[in-house]
Amino acid sequence: MEVVGITVLWTFLYGYLIVASIDFGAGFFSYYSYRTRKEHVIQNIIKRYLSPVWEVTNVFLIFFIVGIVGFFPDTAYYYGTALLVPGSVAIILLAIRGSYYAFNTYGIKSREIYAFLYGATGLLIPASLSTVLTISEGGFIEIQNGKILFQYNKLFFSLYSWSVVLLAIVSVLYISAMFLTFYAAKANDLPALEIVRRWALIWSAPTIICSLIVFYSINLHNPEHYQHITELSWMFACSFLFFLAAVYFVWKKKNYGLSFIFVMVQFAFAFYGYGASHLPNLLYPYLSMYEHFTNQSMAVALIIAFLTGLLLLIPSLFLLMKLFLFNIRYVRGQMHPKGE
Amino acid sequence: MTYDPVLYSRMLTELTFAFHIIFATVGVGIPIMIAFAEWSGIKRNDPYYLLLARRWARGFVITVAVGVVTGTAIGLQLSLLWPSFMRVAGQAIALPLFMETFAFFFEAIFLGIYLYTWDRFRKPITHFLLSIPVMLGSSASAFFITTVNAFMNTPQGFKLNNGSITDIKPLIAMFNPATPTKVAHVLSSAYMTSAFVLAAIAGAALLKKRDSLYHRKALKLTMIAALIFSITTALIGDLSGKFLAKYQPEKLAAAEWHFETARQVPLVLGGILTEDHQIKYGLKIPFALSILAHDNPNSEVQGLNETPVAERPPLIVHYYFDSMVTIGIFLTVLSMASVWMVYKLKSVQYPSWLLRLIVLSGPLAILGIELGWIYAEVGRQPWILRGYMKTVHGATTSTHVDLMLLLFCILYVAIGLTLVKVLRKMFKNSDVQEELKSRGIEGGPTQ
Repeated sequence: MEVVGITVLWTFLYGYLIVASIDFGAGFFSYYSYRTRKEHVIQNIIKRYLSPVWEVTNVFLIFFIVGIVGFFPDTAYYYGTALLVPGSVAIILLAIRGSYYAFNTYGIKSREIYAFLYGATGLLIPASLSTVLTISEGGFIEIQNGKILFQYNKLFFSLYSWSVVLLAIVSVLYISAMFLTFYAAKANDLPALEIVRRWALIWSAPTIICSLIVFYSINLHNPEHYQHITELSWMFACSFLFFLAAVYFVWKKKNYGLSFIFVMVQFAFAFYGYGASHLPNLLYPYLSMYEHFTNQSMAVALIIAFLTGLLLLIPSLFLLMKLFLFNIRYVRGQMHPKGE
Repeated sequence: MTYDPVLYSRMLTELTFAFHIIFATVGVGIPIMIAFAEWSGIKRNDPYYLLLARRWARGFVITVAVGVVTGTAIGLQLSLLWPSFMRVAGQAIALPLFMETFAFFFEAIFLGIYLYTWDRFRKPITHFLLSIPVMLGSSASAFFITTVNAFMNTPQGFKLNNGSITDIKPLIAMFNPATPTKVAHVLSSAYMTSAFVLAAIAGAALLKKRDSLYHRKALKLTMIAALIFSITTALIGDLSGKFLAKYQPEKLAAAEWHFETARQVPLVLGGILTEDHQIKYGLKIPFALSILAHDNPNSEVQGLNETPVAERPPLIVHYYFDSMVTIGIFLTVLSMASVWMVYKLKSVQYPSWLLRLIVLSGPLAILGIELGWIYAEVGRQPWILRGYMKTVHGATTSTHVDLMLLLFCILYVAIGLTLVKVLRKMFKNSDVQEELKSRGIEGGPTQ
């Protein structure tokens, strides 16, 4: 049952990783296109994709947080105390981003300052959220007299934490550019495709380089975890193969849809591989998923609620995708996006 | 001020909550009003109501964005600021918290679909049907999250021994005694507030341009809704009083400065409390508290003296309670008067004093919501889980809460100001009369 719980949560976090990366990267690219005066070329595809789905993106994150407190209540106690500052910073950035996105998109006149806030937060949020993964490796929390003390200095001067931040930012840009490439190709928007395809290729190599740096620094920071990772090395090898295939297709200008699926598979292998190697620790060495699971009756209730919820969500998500993501007329802009 | 994490945690939670409930309230109520307008438009084949629904939806989506981000803030802050409480809550009431996110998810999906498919279906009713999941989702998330708050007021369905929790029954915890009245009061007051907010907009427009048919229709629709919902809210408010008398007598007694347990107790409006617990200058309504508490002028109402001093709520809640009730009564009377005038003055202009009061009603309704929540929350102090855990034991021990409080203050001021600016600009730049003309409505079929 613990495995079911953590798998559910990890899957939602993976979902968030993909949809939020597209969103965060799109915000950055959108601002970048303002600066380089190319906004008219790519603004359209970004807006047309993001408008109906940005709210859904947010839910994945909330789902994960509520879920982890539900399945593993002690995580609220440890992480809650430790994460006050990075967590609050992440909330503030998310708030700026969400509201200024709406102001910029639905308000009458777009303002460059709104676009800037939206773009800048797109890179800072992944950085601040990724500190959670850093903390989970242990070494940043001390307990004295029953009080939890978080060591900000250690976090700030840790090679490991900075390598994770770097990886988060680079992969956001890579995932997003790969998605926009697929979407622009689908919209048959060749000028936009030319731009986003270049971005995708530019950000592909740094993604792999950053991953290697993270492996190296995990080994320095938490050798025990690194040991688990090497036991699962086949997953990371698969991830790399899918990466090569995805980049190859984009390079050859074909199969953009398939190549984005490969990107998702690439990150699925890496993310689940990382997650599996982390188990059974939720927060090294204080929280383990077996000792800190919620009580039996709540776990059953949560899993039932989850399954019923899925029955409702999957058809709805399917409808959403059918109406917007896979509706060729909508994607090509033959339907008015604002419904006006 | 010396650094006290409990105090700052409370202030930060209050701040986020006070800001969030404005958007949460309209987020629950406005979808109902939009659907009401769209339904009227389709049923009567009246393009005015359809335009009304569209224009409301256009402004609504901006408030939704702020609601989503502040809601995310609340969700995260619960764990960040109240880790010990969430440890208990996570064991006992994770279920409704979890279901709330499902409802929110459901609403988010359909809201996206609803907003972007206005002209996409052959039959207009198809688009209207999409508003049903939006309404269900937003009201369901209000329902689930309110059960969590109800649990904090009347916790049950678990046992707490030396900090460890046993014997958990998720459904018993969720459907606790406070759930029915709390949920009903929250939902109906949210619908009511949204109706008054939209009525205030129509009222302001009518003050400027007296003969606008579009805004007359808007006023009629919103005022009928406001009347229905304010009467419902008042009736449920009465039930909430009876609930308090039975399950949280100290909260009701603090609200009414009622110290000695007695029969035939009057209800006091306003006034000042002296040091020896005498009330000066208050307006006394004989028997009213007995009636509010037990439906019987002769009944006995428990006084605050029965509660140990360390467990009494602060007595200032009297003013919050009084103001909330006064606003509620005023708004109910106003909506009655307005509906009566709408039918009486079918083609004549509304008097400007009425329109001015209606403009005032929107902010007043929101103020009422704020006061009601402050009363409900401060009224259960010093408990975070009444009878189980005091607020001081639930807060974080982190040393940076004051700095975070400052940052969030700046954030909410910035978002609030920009929101007002954007909304004003949006509706100024797109004039109703021009939109009516460009859609070929003005001069078209009307009633």
